[in-house]
Amino acid sequence: MIFLLDFNPIKPDFGLFFWTLVTFIVFWIIVGKYAFRPIANALKKRSAQIQDALDASKKARQEMEKLNAENEKLLEKARKERATIIQEAKEAGNGIINEAKEKAKNEANLIVENAKMEIEKEKLHAIKEVKNKVGLITVDLTEKLLGKQLDSKEDQVKFVQSQIDKLNLN
Amino acid sequence: MLSKRLLIILLSIFALSVSAQDHNEHEAGGDTGHSGFDPAEVAFHHISNHNTYSIGPWNLPLPCILYAPEEGWSFFMSGVFEPVSEHHGSGRYAYKRYVLHKGIVMHVVDPSFPTDKVEVDDYDVKEETVDGKQKEVTYVKYKGKEYKLDAKSTMDGGVFGGGITSFYDFSITKNVAGMMLVALFLMWVFLSVARTYREREGKAPKGVQGFLEPLFVFIQDEVTKPFLGDKWEKYNPYLLTLFFFILGLNLFGQIPFLGGSNITGNLAVTMVLAIVTFFVVNLSGNKNYWEHIFWMPGVPTWVKSILTPVEVMSMFIKPMTLMLRLFANVVAGHIVLVIFIGLIFVFGKSGQSAGAAYGTSIVSMLLTMFMMSLEILVAFVQAYVFTILTASYLSAATEEAHH
Repeated sequence: MIFLLDFNPIKPDFGLFFWTLVTFIVFWIIVGKYAFRPIANALKKRSAQIQDALDASKKARQEMEKLNAENEKLLEKARKERATIIQEAKEAGNGIINEAKEKAKNEANLIVENAKMEIEKEKLHAIKEVKNKVGLITVDLTEKLLGKQLDSKEDQVKFVQSQIDKLNLN
Repeated sequence: MLSKRLLIILLSIFALSVSAQDHNEHEAGGDTGHSGFDPAEVAFHHISNHNTYSIGPWNLPLPCILYAPEEGWSFFMSGVFEPVSEHHGSGRYAYKRYVLHKGIVMHVVDPSFPTDKVEVDDYDVKEETVDGKQKEVTYVKYKGKEYKLDAKSTMDGGVFGGGITSFYDFSITKNVAGMMLVALFLMWVFLSVARTYREREGKAPKGVQGFLEPLFVFIQDEVTKPFLGDKWEKYNPYLLTLFFFILGLNLFGQIPFLGGSNITGNLAVTMVLAIVTFFVVNLSGNKNYWEHIFWMPGVPTWVKSILTPVEVMSMFIKPMTLMLRLFANVVAGHIVLVIFIGLIFVFGKSGQSAGAAYGTSIVSMLLTMFMMSLEILVAFVQAYVFTILTASYLSAATEEAHH
């Protein structure tokens, strides 16, 4: 039991008590006021900042998504419009072509018709000419052949004419 | 990193063994009369508070502030005793009727003892029966005559062998010096960290700030806030102060080469912490708290007559358990550490059997390594337990009525 004398930790002495009290209270006041409170405030501020930043980024993301969706919608609309425009243009083009074709056909037909009519007219005219010529030639020939067999020239012409008419050149 | 830590542990074991060997050597010298190695005595000597700061073979002098009601105040450095490390740091000289026995200042009661600085011959400890109780009484031998020595006054009222004696010791002892160093260091660290927070506002933590922030946030978010709710900001500084003060002192005691101060393992220190906590808790007590102590609502009157004394007692028992828990845990850790080291000398038969000493030192080293890591854990756990219990008492004291 000789050692118990040395065992002073269990015997609280006044000096250590006093100095511990002083040190602890001073430590509490200084560190509590000038370190722990500011640190706690700084941490609070920082966590608020982080929360704000997170909220802001979330909001920004949502906005972006909204914008993206809008863009997508606009794009879709534009695409549709383009399709319609192309469709319409195609249709219009086709129409014009068809119309032109129709017109050309009609024109051509008309031209052909006119030409045909002209040809017919010219043919008739030519035939008539030929008939007249032939009549005259025939008269000439007959005159030459017959001499002045017939009294008057007019009688001869009449005669030949009648003969030619009888002829069917067709 | 790991190897560095390992090196530190090995060095600390070396340091402890050196100082234990130290003890063993002067034990063999036998100034107290008994031979052989007594690990318990070595352990108790190591965990004691001293008036010198002994690191290895050196006894650094510390200021002595002594008050004897009959002689008044005395101020001097403990170097005046010229402590001899081979004699447990007992002083070669007496000064102003004070002597240094095993690093602790004692007072000569006899008024015939000279007040000048005089060389003393030897010290002796005897077991005597005082007032029917067995007590160890220390004597100093001076010029062939033995003078009875008084230990300093203590607050235990004689329960643990102390009590009011002929003088009071307000010296800056080893524990006080260590505590002041730790407090100053922590102050410097936390004030600079607070400055860092101001300067690096809105940035991620860096350096010491990054090391302390998890601990800080842990106490703040896991202890203060859950227990105190929206009143957390008021009590946050106190709880953090408690935690870091206790943790700093606990860890300081585990640092090798710094004397292994057993600061939180001293009842006076834990008593202060408990008493301050007692006042903080009870001064924040609201109407609801006092009502629950003196007139528990919702129970029959005859139960109240039992509950009230119990509640009043618990008011005092709570801080007392805080005091004893921290003290016992830290003191036990220090004792076990020294005893594990002491095994080397027990099995080495105080230096007579070198082989056994070397063999045991391997086992002892492993045990000590394990103990030291455990002690670091204990340092954190005890600081945390003290803080969380204080928070729970505070929460009980400030809780609003909810029925």
